[in-house]
Amino acid sequence: MRILEGEGIRKNFEGLTALANVDFHITRGEILGLIGPNGAGKTTLFNLISGSLVPTSGTIKFKGENITGLKPHRICRKGIARTFQLVKLFGNMTVLENILLGGLFGPSTASPRSHTKKACLELLEFVGLSEMKENLAKDLTIINQKRLEVARALATKPELLLLDEFMAGLNPTEVALAIELIKKIRNLGVTIIMIEHVMKVIMDISDRIMVLHHGEKIAEGIPEEITANKMVIDVYLGT
Amino acid sequence: MRRAIFEKIFYLVLLFLILILMVMMPPYVSPYTIILLSSIFMYIVLTVSWALFSAPTHYLSLASAAFFGLGIYVSAILGDQLPLLVVIGLGGLISFLLALLVGLSSLRLKGMYFTIFTFGLSELIRHSVQWWEVNETGTVGRWVIAVDNTTVYYIMLAILLITLVVTYIIKHSKYGLALLSIGESEEAADHIGINVNAMKIITFAISTFFMGATGAIMATRWSYIDPSIAFNPLFSFMPVLMAIFGGMGQIFGQALGAAVLTLLADLLLTKLPYYYMLLYGVILIIVILFLPKGLVGLKEEVKLWLRGMKQRYENT
Repeated sequence: MRILEGEGIRKNFEGLTALANVDFHITRGEILGLIGPNGAGKTTLFNLISGSLVPTSGTIKFKGENITGLKPHRICRKGIARTFQLVKLFGNMTVLENILLGGLFGPSTASPRSHTKKACLELLEFVGLSEMKENLAKDLTIINQKRLEVARALATKPELLLLDEFMAGLNPTEVALAIELIKKIRNLGVTIIMIEHVMKVIMDISDRIMVLHHGEKIAEGIPEEITANKMVIDVYLGT
Repeated sequence: MRRAIFEKIFYLVLLFLILILMVMMPPYVSPYTIILLSSIFMYIVLTVSWALFSAPTHYLSLASAAFFGLGIYVSAILGDQLPLLVVIGLGGLISFLLALLVGLSSLRLKGMYFTIFTFGLSELIRHSVQWWEVNETGTVGRWVIAVDNTTVYYIMLAILLITLVVTYIIKHSKYGLALLSIGESEEAADHIGINVNAMKIITFAISTFFMGATGAIMATRWSYIDPSIAFNPLFSFMPVLMAIFGGMGQIFGQALGAAVLTLLADLLLTKLPYYYMLLYGVILIIVILFLPKGLVGLKEEVKLWLRGMKQRYENT
């Protein structure tokens, strides 16, 4: 079943075309890797899905419902959560407060505060931040900030999670830990789209990959197909 | 945990005793004290309600005078036609409604632009009222019906109490947490399901309700008002100063700042009228330079200083 579908997505920024007629879809339960050179339009696509930007034309459907142009907080409550390329936490608030906010405002239906708090504590355990719950978010290391941002997104009870360069800035050991975390999230039943520059990671972890270049989709398929695709090789290695 | 609950009960009892004292006091003290206390209550309400919106969200509003002045004008126009409590309620309500309108048009502005907009708005309202009075009413000022000092005192006390309770409830609810998150990162708040714009506009409007209500009752003390009295920009600046002076993060700090500065101004004005502004300025500068967290930060500073002294003593 297709959980998210985009048709003819176009986004212009004052004459500059960031995305031109992109069609895409994600099946429930899969991990879709989104790759492409800098400026290909990957983050723009995330911004369109999560509601930060409104497409110039085209429609985005989530579980069959048209969500094009909805405000970010509405889209979050429908079940789409995201993280940011540069982590955006509530720096002067505690780790627990950060995640609690996600749990209190994000889910489509409100549950009693005690339940929410319990669920949030479990999520902190899940990402391995239990011991730091009273620390200020800004005092965490990069990887812990990223974990917290994911936990906050998960607290909103998403069905679809958008991860924007989750691995950026992590050392190899941390990358391995991050891959484990993403797999664990998928096992919770959350569908994932991830933008990534570390090729090995994206090839290992994705069920399917979509390649953007200059705002156009130039390839789509399972990792083996992508690595064999002539156009993709040209874009990445140059000819 | 147990100690925290005990502390909470202790403070509640203490507050309750202070409240009883405040209620019982008027017959036993001089009219001067009653008037001074009403002023203190007024500034606490202005400061705490200003901080309800501006402290967590970091949207620095300089429009308090607009809403306070609106309350004053409601009182001047309707004071002799409607019962006092209705006038006060209307003062709050009209401020609330205007703030909703203003909020819809201005809260998309960020940082400095928002601050300048609110200040401009305040001045715009002042000049519009002035224009209206001169051209349509044919006068500059208005008389306000007088209300005796004790009644003003009790009504101010009631407004103060309501302001503190409402502010406390909002601050400690999930909405208080959301307001803080807006101050930290609006974009992130939006993406975890917080309706950022609605939250900002409604909180802003609630905070102006108390300002308008306060204006409506305090107007009765001046007997004569005109736009430059009612919309005096000082009523926009003082709450900001008082909140910073006392400690922006806590209701107690804001209230303390308002109370201390009002008392200080009164003291300097009566005892040292020639040096009033000079000394006032010097004290403000000293506190802001040495106590970045305001008066409530003093406790921590003293603790740190004592610890330092003790260590030095042990080392020698």
